[in-house]
Amino acid sequence: MYNFELVKPSTLAEAVAALAGEDAQPLSGGQTLIPSMKARLNAPETLVSLTGIAELKGVSRSGDTLTIGAATTHADVAEQAAADFPGLAALAGQIGDPAVRNRGTIGGSLANNDPSACYPAAALGTGATIVTNTREIAADDYFQGMFTTALEEGEIITAVRFSIPQASAYAKFLQPASRFALTGVFVAQYASGVRVAVTGASENGVFRWAEAEAALSSDFTPDAIAGLSCPADEMIADLHGSAAYRAHLVGVMTRRAVIAAG
Amino acid sequence: MPKDDGIGASTKRREDVRFLTGNGKYTDDINLRGQAHVHFLRSDVAHGRIRGIDTSAAEAMDGVLKVFTSADFESAGGLPCGWQVTDRFGQVMQEPKHPILAEGKVRHVGDPICAVVAETYEQARDAAEAIEVDIEELEPVIDMKSALADGAPKVHDDLTSNLCYDWGFVEDNKDAVNAAFETAAHVVSLELTNNRLVANPMEPRVAVGDYDPWGDSHTLYTTSQNPHVIRLLMGAFVLNIPEHKLRVVAPDVGGGFGSKIFHYAEEAFCTYAAKVLKRPVKWTSSRSEAFISDAHGRDHRTKIELALDADHNFTALRTETYANMGAYLSTFAPSIPTWLHGTLMAGNYRTPLIYVNVKAVFTNTVPVDAYRGAGRPEATFQIERLVDKAARELGVDPVELRRQNFITADQFPYQTPVAVVYDTGNYHATMDKMLELADYAGFEERRAESAKRGKLRGFGIAHYIEACGIAPSNLVGQLGARAGLYESASVRVNATGSISVYTGSHSHGQGHETTFAQVVADMIGVDASSIEIHHGDTSNTPMGMGTYGSRSLAVGGSAIVKATNKIIDKAKKIAAHLLEAAPEDIELKDGKFSVAGTDKSVDWSGVTLAAYVPHNYPLEELEPGLEETAFYDPSNFTYPSGAYGCEIELDPETGKIDILRFIAADDFGNIVNPMIVEGQVHGGLVQGIGQALMENCVYDDQGQLLSGSFMDYTMPRADDVRGFTVDHSCITPCTHNPLGVKGCGEAGAIGSPPAVVNAAIDALHRAGHTHVTHIDMPLTPARVWAAING
Ligand SMILES: Cc1cc2nc3c(=O)[nH]c(=O)nc-3n(C[C@H](O)[C@H](O)[C@H](O)COP(=O)(O)OP(=O)(O)OC[C@H]3O[C@@H](n4cnc5c(N)ncnc54)[C@H](O)[C@@H]3O)c2cc1C
Repeated sequence: MYNFELVKPSTLAEAVAALAGEDAQPLSGGQTLIPSMKARLNAPETLVSLTGIAELKGVSRSGDTLTIGAATTHADVAEQAAADFPGLAALAGQIGDPAVRNRGTIGGSLANNDPSACYPAAALGTGATIVTNTREIAADDYFQGMFTTALEEGEIITAVRFSIPQASAYAKFLQPASRFALTGVFVAQYASGVRVAVTGASENGVFRWAEAEAALSSDFTPDAIAGLSCPADEMIADLHGSAAYRAHLVGVMTRRAVIAAG
Repeated sequence: MPKDDGIGASTKRREDVRFLTGNGKYTDDINLRGQAHVHFLRSDVAHGRIRGIDTSAAEAMDGVLKVFTSADFESAGGLPCGWQVTDRFGQVMQEPKHPILAEGKVRHVGDPICAVVAETYEQARDAAEAIEVDIEELEPVIDMKSALADGAPKVHDDLTSNLCYDWGFVEDNKDAVNAAFETAAHVVSLELTNNRLVANPMEPRVAVGDYDPWGDSHTLYTTSQNPHVIRLLMGAFVLNIPEHKLRVVAPDVGGGFGSKIFHYAEEAFCTYAAKVLKRPVKWTSSRSEAFISDAHGRDHRTKIELALDADHNFTALRTETYANMGAYLSTFAPSIPTWLHGTLMAGNYRTPLIYVNVKAVFTNTVPVDAYRGAGRPEATFQIERLVDKAARELGVDPVELRRQNFITADQFPYQTPVAVVYDTGNYHATMDKMLELADYAGFEERRAESAKRGKLRGFGIAHYIEACGIAPSNLVGQLGARAGLYESASVRVNATGSISVYTGSHSHGQGHETTFAQVVADMIGVDASSIEIHHGDTSNTPMGMGTYGSRSLAVGGSAIVKATNKIIDKAKKIAAHLLEAAPEDIELKDGKFSVAGTDKSVDWSGVTLAAYVPHNYPLEELEPGLEETAFYDPSNFTYPSGAYGCEIELDPETGKIDILRFIAADDFGNIVNPMIVEGQVHGGLVQGIGQALMENCVYDDQGQLLSGSFMDYTMPRADDVRGFTVDHSCITPCTHNPLGVKGCGEAGAIGSPPAVVNAAIDALHRAGHTHVTHIDMPLTPARVWAAING
């Protein structure tokens, strides 16, 4: 790790101001950023910690909308969203290990947009709204490929707004070593239709599986997608699985998610 | 019933109190006054010629004391190899120089090029980034067979090729073996890989070098399984420091699994740099560095064939193996695929004719050497996979095929056709015990239940033999070892009766401090709490060869028994004097000396006090004091064996394998501490299951390590296994050591991989996927799925 300055603001406004400085970067749970700094792959001069800002934390419900502050930890989501949005709470409870869940945050995960991360599947799979200090971004516009998002330089995610589905579940097949998602599928059923989002599988990051959405929208049962298969082009191929294997897992995990949601 | 802390008692491990409370004293806990820190600049290419190194900018940086390159080591030797193999044509192996810092070429990713010593570690690391190394990249050789092709780039320009040796064993049997294949009724063959592994002990390697200019003496603190071996190799061959000026200390060590046997460049560097700089120099490996600098394990490709007669008796076995040596010869590398592997190819069977061919190959990868089991897992995996395949092809029960060919209990001692003589064993007994514990009879019912849930259940069997307690020195000397393999112990009885034992063995998790004390306590009849076991410091322990090859109790424990017997003999003479009786009439029981048939007695402490305060003492006949040293050189290896059963459930949709039950029925001979034995077996099983299902060290074709961190190298975790059924009630004591013990440290890792893979193949065949005859380890979900759908 190289030397850096740590700023710990207590309001969003102070954080935004601090981030305007030269080579400054937000630090949330640090579960991604700190390891990359230790490996000297990342060397910001200033870290602006978001974890001391009360307005960025907590889970609240209003009608059918669940709003989660960006600096809310995975452990807090697992606990506090359990009654209102069990599919999301279960996803949060499967991220990493207790140490990671007690530090890592939803905002950090979505800002990072790791192609194998779990939260992007929930955000895209529910059509969530990513709220930042300057605007609101629809999930469909937010995710722009591996580690790439619609966020501008210095823009901070402040909250994520989910519209609570009638039924939902996340089915995650573990990459054996990292235990991120080798392939993870989030399905959510709404009156208007079903959304299916897949993480871990594609070279383009999280994506929606349109054919499965169509099939499940008319019949929300595992049988509805029995004949469907996801194409293997542009799937990730690495030590842990071929493109064909990942494409196959998309089908398996989608079925399992539907069963779990049902 | 054993005494609370005597032989046979499951005494809790005394060392665990300090380990579990964070009070262990590991090498990284050692911080010497004025210590400087070193960071190694390592090659990021697999093969290249060093055209120039510019260290000037680095040297000018804050805190930098010196930047070392190979030029600073012109007077030093290379890291020595401790074993010389002679090939099947009578030629000795090709043995390249292994410099401390790269000379002229880099040969693997991780090869150290420069070493920066600075006031702080961060300064050293910063400065290393300012070094300019001009490297002309060369085409690397990664795959073993390509490395042997004509015109392949050479890892070492001064060798004739990348072939280290081409070993045949037993070369004189070759024609007879081939002839037996010509006339065989059945021939079964299998090509397989024994996957490359990274040991990954919890504690990474650390070295602290210290130099005392007033005494011109050196101390090295290091994470080693055998400090005396390091002192000998580094002192005599690398740095030219005589033993009396060199002390090597291996304090608490957090696991080794073989990877801490070897003498590494960083140890020699820190020792040497401390003298140059007149300051202690410390290196602590990062986990990332460990992946590219600790010796790796396994990495064999093998074709194995078995000939059977019409009645399914094994008539001959032959193998052709390619064994990866990596870029340099690590300390014991040449011995692993040869003498620790070829000699085990009879397994538990009466196969009369065996021929093993091993080609050891240099590649642009990290050196490969012993890892838990070292050669025996490779042998066992081949044999037990092949026997299983044979049973399937012949349509016979895998248990029955094994039983039919087992060496039977009445055939011991048994001379195998691959040089070794098994002293004892009872393979039918361990097989029966395993099947009973596994409820093999109830398997079909459990399988049907799994099938209802869409899961494929399978049961896999393996029976292993291994040779441990390495080794008779005169024998290994003939086989090319450049060391003896005895063990040593000094037993110092203190004046008031407490006992300090100094062993040449080394504990890095095995629990010697507990087990060895139990042995001495049992022999003398005193409380184990009055006995302290010391190890790991060359300045107070007699020259010993350390801990590996499951040898500590069988060889090191035997040395302690020998020294303790000398103590008892002398103590009896002192007691005889005090009791005015003849020494032959003195009996020692429960810490009390008495004259046979009388009520005259004297306590242990009465005798020990007399030894050190010899007022009433036979000074004309007997020296005062009570301290004895013994060296024990075994007359044979020991041969633990056992039957392993693995029951799995396989998810055909994802290819994921779950281990539901694992049963180990081992014959370790006599047992000193059953709890510790079970712990050793548990650990070995987890590592064996890790190899079978998860662990894999993978290079790309440019020699970059794809599995260079725990994000991609899968270590087994607690929730990957569900507990084990471990039994060691089948006991055929070793016939040639005083405790009758065989060793248990590696068995779990040796016997389990074939049991796991056999279980997977069994599950697939029972479900009709009969086209799958083998899957190479690790059986990751992706590989299993691909095999089913391939
Ligand atoms: C051992 C381990 C296992 C893991 N397993 C999983 C897993 O199974 N599934 C999974 O999804 N993840 C997993 N993770 C990742 C974990 O969930 C991280 O917490 C998460 O990806 C990043 O969140 P963070 O709060 O730690 O962000 P940080 O590391 O603090 O930041 C990550 C990036 O986001 C930026 N950032 C942070 N907050 C904001 C914000 N509010 N606005 C804009 N930019 C911001 C930072 O500048 C940085 O670039 C694992 C991590 C570890 C160490």
